[in-house]
Amino acid sequence: MRLYRSHVLICGGTGCTSSRSNEIKQEMEKYITEFGLENEVQVVMTGCFGLCEAGPIVIVYPEGTFYSRVKVEDAKRIVEEHLLKGRIVKDLLYYEAITEVSDTVKAVNEVEFYAKQMRIALKNCGVIDPESIDEYIAVDGYKALAKVLTEMTPEQVIEEITKSRLRGRGGAGFPTGKKWAFAASYQANQKYVACNADEGDPGAFMDRSILEGTPHSVLEAMTIAGYAIGASKGYIYVRAEYPIAVKRLNIAIKQAREYGLLGENILGTGFNFDIEIRLGAGAFVCGEETALIESIEGKRGMPRVRPPFPAEKGIWGKPTLLNNVETYANIPAIINNGAEWFASIGTEDSKGTKVFALGGKIKNTGLVEVPMGTTLREVIYGIGGGCPNGKKFKAVQTGGPSGGCLPEKYLDTPISY
Amino acid sequence: MGSGGMIVMDEDNCMVEIARFYLEFTCDESCGKCTPCREGTYRLREILDKIVEGRATLEDLDKLESLAHYIKDNSLCGLGQTAPNPVLSTLEHFRDEYLAHIVDKKCPAHVCQKLLQYVVTDKCIGCGKCISVCPQDAISATGDVANERTGKRRSVINQELCIKCGACLEACPPKIGAIVRI
Amino acid sequence: MNTVKITINNREYEVPSNYTILDACRAAQIDVPTLCFLKDINETGACRMCVVEVEGTRNLQASCVTPVRNGMVVKTNTTRVINSQKTTLELLLANHNIECLVCNRNGQCELQDLAERFQLKDIYFENYKKREPIYDDASVSIVRDTSKCVLCGRCVSVCKKQAGMSVLTFIDRGFETHVGPAFDEKMEYAGCIYCGQCINVCPVDALKEKPHIELVWEAINDPKKHVVFQTAPAVRAAIAEEFGKEIGTGATGKMVAAIKRLGVNKVFDTNFAADLTIMEEGFELIDRLQNGGKLPMFTSCSPGWIRIIEQYYPEFIPNLSTCKSPHQMFGAIIKSYYAKKMNIDPKDIFVVSVMPCSCKKSEMHRPEMAVNGNRDVDAVLTTREVAKMIKQAGIDFNNLPDEDFDHPLGEYSGAGVIFGATGGVMEAALRTVADVLSNQDLKEIDYNVVRGTEGIKEAELDIAGHKIRVAVAHGGANAKKLMDMIKSGEKEYHFVEIMGCNGGCVNGGGQPYVNAKTRNSGLDHRKLRAQVLYNEDKSKTVRKSHLNKDVMKLYDEFLGKPNSHLAHELLHTHYHQREIFPTQEN
Repeated sequence: MRLYRSHVLICGGTGCTSSRSNEIKQEMEKYITEFGLENEVQVVMTGCFGLCEAGPIVIVYPEGTFYSRVKVEDAKRIVEEHLLKGRIVKDLLYYEAITEVSDTVKAVNEVEFYAKQMRIALKNCGVIDPESIDEYIAVDGYKALAKVLTEMTPEQVIEEITKSRLRGRGGAGFPTGKKWAFAASYQANQKYVACNADEGDPGAFMDRSILEGTPHSVLEAMTIAGYAIGASKGYIYVRAEYPIAVKRLNIAIKQAREYGLLGENILGTGFNFDIEIRLGAGAFVCGEETALIESIEGKRGMPRVRPPFPAEKGIWGKPTLLNNVETYANIPAIINNGAEWFASIGTEDSKGTKVFALGGKIKNTGLVEVPMGTTLREVIYGIGGGCPNGKKFKAVQTGGPSGGCLPEKYLDTPISY
Repeated sequence: MGSGGMIVMDEDNCMVEIARFYLEFTCDESCGKCTPCREGTYRLREILDKIVEGRATLEDLDKLESLAHYIKDNSLCGLGQTAPNPVLSTLEHFRDEYLAHIVDKKCPAHVCQKLLQYVVTDKCIGCGKCISVCPQDAISATGDVANERTGKRRSVINQELCIKCGACLEACPPKIGAIVRI
Repeated sequence: MNTVKITINNREYEVPSNYTILDACRAAQIDVPTLCFLKDINETGACRMCVVEVEGTRNLQASCVTPVRNGMVVKTNTTRVINSQKTTLELLLANHNIECLVCNRNGQCELQDLAERFQLKDIYFENYKKREPIYDDASVSIVRDTSKCVLCGRCVSVCKKQAGMSVLTFIDRGFETHVGPAFDEKMEYAGCIYCGQCINVCPVDALKEKPHIELVWEAINDPKKHVVFQTAPAVRAAIAEEFGKEIGTGATGKMVAAIKRLGVNKVFDTNFAADLTIMEEGFELIDRLQNGGKLPMFTSCSPGWIRIIEQYYPEFIPNLSTCKSPHQMFGAIIKSYYAKKMNIDPKDIFVVSVMPCSCKKSEMHRPEMAVNGNRDVDAVLTTREVAKMIKQAGIDFNNLPDEDFDHPLGEYSGAGVIFGATGGVMEAALRTVADVLSNQDLKEIDYNVVRGTEGIKEAELDIAGHKIRVAVAHGGANAKKLMDMIKSGEKEYHFVEIMGCNGGCVNGGGQPYVNAKTRNSGLDHRKLRAQVLYNEDKSKTVRKSHLNKDVMKLYDEFLGKPNSHLAHELLHTHYHQREIFPTQEN
């Protein structure tokens, strides 16, 4: 393995990609070769960094230099000045990454936007190359799956998830452990694990960023869920409007199969599980679990009556476990770090962290992950930077079209279910 | 808390318009299976349209509220059951904005086009920039004399012709600031 | 049976544990209003008319699909429930083409019944007749009018589950949602078999048969026209329902008397032609069995079934009997044999078939169904339509005397009568085939094994030393199931009867509406109507087609023998493959 003295991380999320981050990468690689640095510097396309407002984002490690709103024509300067001559290109730095008085440069993790966050679901986003299973494995990827398959019984897995008190991140907040236990309790010759990646709220892109930034986390979690409930087949229902997520998921599935982490006899344990992608055509209602199941079956996405619930009769009438992307993204961390660790984060009835997509009249449009119990004020002002142009805050709409508007006086409410 | 979308609104957002925007979304996205969601959300939107256009009465407001509760109570799935939330929460916290639209026929945030007017104040110096940008030829220099020396007259906006595009406001030099929305 | 205790409106009841709340309420004589619900066919909880309060739940629950639980506390008549039901109705009416006084379903409409029950003071919302209503009358059989549709989905479900076609589906979303064939294609090209089950289950007038009433009145009032009516067997088993009688009331004599009073020249019985069909089809089968013809042979009486083969199994066209369906045969005989006998120019004869069927309206337009440029049949009235004409004419149906069909073509056997029920054509054919093959007048002639409403019936019969394997299916879904088994080689038969409608013609797409309340009560109108036919069969002295004197006379005087050259010219037809969703080049 080659050791590089410097890594350049370029955001490959949807926002930055649409601002030509692909071309920035090509340009940088071109100049890196031109200046003969190809053995010293590696350029990596990562998932979303979260601060979409400042995109396209380029971070240079080891120092963590945070360049924002980089244009294709800036590539040469960054390579020549920073990577070749060791001089930071100050005018390209994120505004907060440089203090005017002392002229000192802050690393990316010291910037207020990141300093106040806690990342579990987004842990790997903006850190690894989502198209490389090796990078995922290098950050403890598939360790949880190995642990589950070799050291734990399905009952113990469900017990661990239950003890973590993780609740569904899709909005309804149903206790995840309970859901897994229900699905496990029904006997059937075939069961299914499904992932709801049909994110449709206007302005929401939490799930998209997770799939773009760390697709293997979701595959790993679904495989763990399959083991826990006794399913051998998984479906990811993802909107066709998320082409990058779909592409990276396909790559991830292919890689996982090649590494024996999906398919027959996973890790030599005799456990079989495979995952198939189903593309949605962008109907909001297909985010509703029974409509999603209808759609997976190839029918018009219309909700079914419940009961029976999917845990009893889901896809093709078989017991089905359905969780949302973000819920799954928490699973490997819970297995790796233990339920107590997870349950120690958050409030009395809401554990762990939550990812939010900040939008509208806010300075730092983007994606943040904070512990449950953080106040809205902290998210909107502390991380989000408040309303731009000195305008007065009026309300915040949480939860999209299903949610409600909260005025100023509720800003000190801690975030919880 | 919901799924995690967080849209921040500032003083320039009209809360009635926000509710209408979300309703338009759920209305389009309703699968059409159950009556409350299919027919109800459309009718909610219809009433909101009336409000933002200044055609609504207080009776409409009552109907809006009762229909919203009905949809919540009767819909088949989560989409319909939560679709009225933007309406109900804005009604709870920003009822005064609804009343302003209905009773005073005014949009406090100056967003709802049908309820706002662009007018020229005494600050006008008669430079005529607004006249040249108006796509409707709705502005004329027919007001009081603004400058005795040059004899230039102040602009007047013909409200019948005005389409409320805001081009005049943009064109008016910031240091003059003679055109305002009311 | 396990039971649970459930409290409804403060009274406790004990009900079977597999009940829904709606079942429990109805058992307690509480009629919770419904609109979309059809037991076993459309259990979707979509319309929300049937909501009730259930203690411990946040929202109102659709009683039609919510199972009972022990200790459940239900309220059906709180202000919250009633106001919700009223609002649901108000929303539906505000988006419905309210032209009730000039509507085809006036007085027979389930939406109208709800409106009568709830007595809304006014409708707050502006009425839309669906903003861009689709009125599709391009087909010769079924007319769609989305301005009346309440999107209950019953037609979609029946088309999928019973007809097995899935021709009708929901299109678009939200307020734009409407029902129609995929891509909003016309019914004619969308793979529809015109069984009309969608019409039968529609609570309003969004689906109906192509009306022929005006056409028929015109002919009756044209002094130059000699108007001949013929009535199919299943019509007599149901027509009385249109005049308030309960399901299962036979009314052959009154039906004939009523039609005669419309001012027509002759009323014949299609049963005569059913006997004729058995002669032709029975001998065709014997020929195929004895001379190595294409087997299994399929019956060809049901035009819906013909459309299934032509559209979905064209490779089996050679297996179809070449016999026209009875009413078409009859039309051809009326315009040849009868015309000659009565000395009337066939061009002046107007043949009206009164049928339980919506597809016959399409069948009569087939170019093959004509001889020497004269259509066999000029108009097809459904049972509903003829009842409408009788009502229009002010005829007091229930107090009419029983009258007989006209002659010379009015004689019929018991075998002809049972054509109207599933298995009937098979049984009628077997009676004749068995006699012919054994050269006897057999006494055991009740083939109970092919009767009844089971989806697919099969039997191996020993007929005069021949082992004959037969199968019977009814309704498109069962037909497809049986055909797929035959196609894959899983099943082999000699003779197969298939009818396009579930239950056979007694449940045809032109029969009187059986409203949801009756259907949901568990009453099986298919069985009750079929029983009328089997009773009539039992009462006949002649119960075999080949013993029908008028039929024998027809062969003696005119046709010669079954499958003769003339018989082929008049009574047989051919079929061709039909493309579904044809591309424009075609």
